Amino acid sequence: MQRFTYIWFSLFIVLTPLGANAQIDGQIIKAEYGAFLLKNATLVTVSQGNLNQSDLLINKGKIEAIGKNLSSENAQTIDCTGKFVYPGLIDSGSKLGLVEVNSLPETQDFMELGEVTPNMQALTAINPSAVAIPVTRVNGVTTSLAIPQGGRFPGTAALVHLHGYTPDQMFAGFKAILMNFPSTAKRGSYDNRSDATIKKEAAEELDQINEVWDKAQTYHKIKEAGGTPAYYPEMEHLAKVISQEIPLIIEVNSAKDIEKCLDWLENKDFKVILSGVAEGWRVADKIAKAKLPVLTGPVFSLPSRQSDRYDAAYANPGKMLNAGVKVAIRTNQQAENTRNLPYHAGFAAAYGMGKDEALKAVTLNAAEIFGLDDQIGSLEVGKLANLFVSDGDPFETQTKVLHVFIQGYKVPMTSRQIRLYQEFLDRKPALLEEN
Amino acid sequence: MRHSLLPLIISLWVLVPALVLANEPPQKGSVIIRNGNLLTITNGVLENTDLWIENGVIKRIGKELNVPSDIPSVDANGKYVMPGIIDAHSHIALESVNEATSPITAEVQMADVVNPFDVSIYRALAGGVTISHAMHGSANAIGGQNVTLKHRYGSKSPSELFMKEAPRTIKFALGENPTRVHGRGKNLQPKSRMGVEAVIRNGFEEAKQYAKKWETFKSGKETGQSPPSFNLRLETLRDVLEGKIIIHCHSYRADEIYMLIELCKEYGIDKIVFSHVNEGFKVAPELAKYTMGASVFSDWWAYKFEVYYSTAYNAAILVRNGVLTSVNSDSGEVIRHLYHEAGKSQKYGDLSNEEALSLITINPAIQLGIDQWVGSLEEGKHGDIAIFNQHPLSIYAIPEMTFIEGVKYFDRSEDEADQRLKVDPTEKVETVYLHQETHNCMRDVDFFFTNFGRNLFEHKH
Repeated sequence: MQRFTYIWFSLFIVLTPLGANAQIDGQIIKAEYGAFLLKNATLVTVSQGNLNQSDLLINKGKIEAIGKNLSSENAQTIDCTGKFVYPGLIDSGSKLGLVEVNSLPETQDFMELGEVTPNMQALTAINPSAVAIPVTRVNGVTTSLAIPQGGRFPGTAALVHLHGYTPDQMFAGFKAILMNFPSTAKRGSYDNRSDATIKKEAAEELDQINEVWDKAQTYHKIKEAGGTPAYYPEMEHLAKVISQEIPLIIEVNSAKDIEKCLDWLENKDFKVILSGVAEGWRVADKIAKAKLPVLTGPVFSLPSRQSDRYDAAYANPGKMLNAGVKVAIRTNQQAENTRNLPYHAGFAAAYGMGKDEALKAVTLNAAEIFGLDDQIGSLEVGKLANLFVSDGDPFETQTKVLHVFIQGYKVPMTSRQIRLYQEFLDRKPALLEEN
Repeated sequence: MRHSLLPLIISLWVLVPALVLANEPPQKGSVIIRNGNLLTITNGVLENTDLWIENGVIKRIGKELNVPSDIPSVDANGKYVMPGIIDAHSHIALESVNEATSPITAEVQMADVVNPFDVSIYRALAGGVTISHAMHGSANAIGGQNVTLKHRYGSKSPSELFMKEAPRTIKFALGENPTRVHGRGKNLQPKSRMGVEAVIRNGFEEAKQYAKKWETFKSGKETGQSPPSFNLRLETLRDVLEGKIIIHCHSYRADEIYMLIELCKEYGIDKIVFSHVNEGFKVAPELAKYTMGASVFSDWWAYKFEVYYSTAYNAAILVRNGVLTSVNSDSGEVIRHLYHEAGKSQKYGDLSNEEALSLITINPAIQLGIDQWVGSLEEGKHGDIAIFNQHPLSIYAIPEMTFIEGVKYFDRSEDEADQRLKVDPTEKVETVYLHQETHNCMRDVDFFFTNFGRNLFEHKH
């Protein structure tokens, strides 16, 4: 009896630490920081073609060196023979971080009350612990533009890197005020408004926008003249667009609305980016002529009209590109599948955009549109170490992403979805009857 | 004389077109596909091989086949030929989806609301999809009876789209949708997962009593009795209990899936497929042993609470545990690229090419009870095929042609933009839709999912 107690006690002592460790799976679940040397990879630089059998040195968050036979004494070396290094993918519009479960109002932080709320900050509502963030980044998406929605001026979008413990640690240095251009498209088949009503409503909405805009201009003039207008946060923010401190992203989709939007922008001198642009292909020349960059997507969309070619949405980015428009691609779907950005780009590539341009649309073009091409979007010395290592073309579903670096942090290649896989692939006990 | 002719003229005027419409048999064609890479699914990949479809049926597969000279030939050199893709969960080509008036509506038939003019059918064909399982929605614990459609786009009669060989199937639904529509929407059972079980159990018990009443009556033991009143709802449930109808059950959480497995075991039902089944991976051994498997989304999750604890590795975990698994769309958008959705099972869980393609061909065929006719390239099966310019699991693959029983319904090289069969003559300006309609599970009951008249969120599946 005594002996048994002793054995049980010993077992308890021996097994307790194992049990405790099991809770964290024995894996490194914290990002690593420091120096990393990626050896002997194909570097898909995006800006300067592919560099074969080359090395890339990451140090203190930046790409410190690119070349052959690099060495570093204190860097952690990662053999990348036969592997590829790509710049981190950038989603140019997503609700990632602003919502946890789409149907639960308690978790929806992307929409405020009111029509004119440009002062609502996406960055404020970003949840660095959103479960979808690790799910997204292990697919090579390192950066995404968090966009609020609703109203005429829904808020201020913010570009975030997908690693960090506070919104400020995640902030990538780009913000823009959002505007929804009045839409003459139907909201769905349940939308029973007549053509006349839709037209009338859109005209009224444009009047509202003009009214708001006049106010913002007045506000801007008062400030420029050295005056101190009363506290008016909405105008304070819109005035920043007029003073060209911050760009305006205009969501506009149907061809007629795009044309109207281009008219509205005449004689207005500030930085504008178009988003959505679902029917951009119909008026691509005009967009190109206006020299406005476009954030378009989702590529996985139905055609906007019943009479459209079945592949209208797949082909839209390529058609705009061919007309001379600078195009970046966004998922703009519910936050959780921002991870599919490479597949949106892949379909755009197949349907007319080509692989190289589609890759640019989710890397360098986005960086350029956001004015951050000195920091992200390509593999270049001095840029942020936002990149990933893969065993092939990241647009292909067979490809595995092996390592992801975000702002120089080597992030753990795990997510709740991967942990569920590890737990349930070979469940124990399997069947009740077989125990 | 004048009076006697008029009714005849009228009846001819009505009857003749009706007869012409009703009696036009579905077309069957003959074609020889030359030199393709045949992804047979059940017999590996056959490179540079011909496939001969005669009168709608695959007559022969082999090298350099000799065929009559009048059979049209398609050069598939360097291209990939696969069986027509099958979507085991769809709501396209339906006029309505939910009969949300009772927690059990087994009496209704989706065959009654098939809309052959829906341009979604053409768009699905353009994604290589030849068959879809047009399902009732998920508002009710026991919904209506589904119909399996062949995408014969251009047919004006709904019945021409029906796959005549397909057995009967019925929609069940567990979890948030039925509890929200009936429990929270109308204060009727079920309001919880307990209620869902009770509703289904009560339905089965009533059906057993009903069957017994008819048995007794028919046996003639009790003379002088009038027959029990006919009840189509209970007739249908009796057929479910007798294994004449395959259940396709909308479900998400492991607990509710396990509940229905146990319930079905109790009633001796083994013809059941779980659909969506996001937490199927947690009860994979049970699904493998007691059911006809799972039909899953490739990677949808987090659109509502019951799919928050999902994983895109679901399909792979299920396959590795021996569960018969398919990937479905539940969407007029996703149905267009099911080959890509199947491909995701390679990223999430390393399925082989054949395993991945099985998810959208032979496996859904088995789950719909139609695998003896479709789902693989085999002699004797229907000539339903899709031709791709590259391997269909590549992101760059483009479907180029789609055939149903030897008749070509889609050809990218001849595609004209406007494929509508019916244009609304009152529509002066064509409608532009921004928030796309994707033909989802919760159509017709959207109002249960709106807040104060403003639809704040998408809640579709």
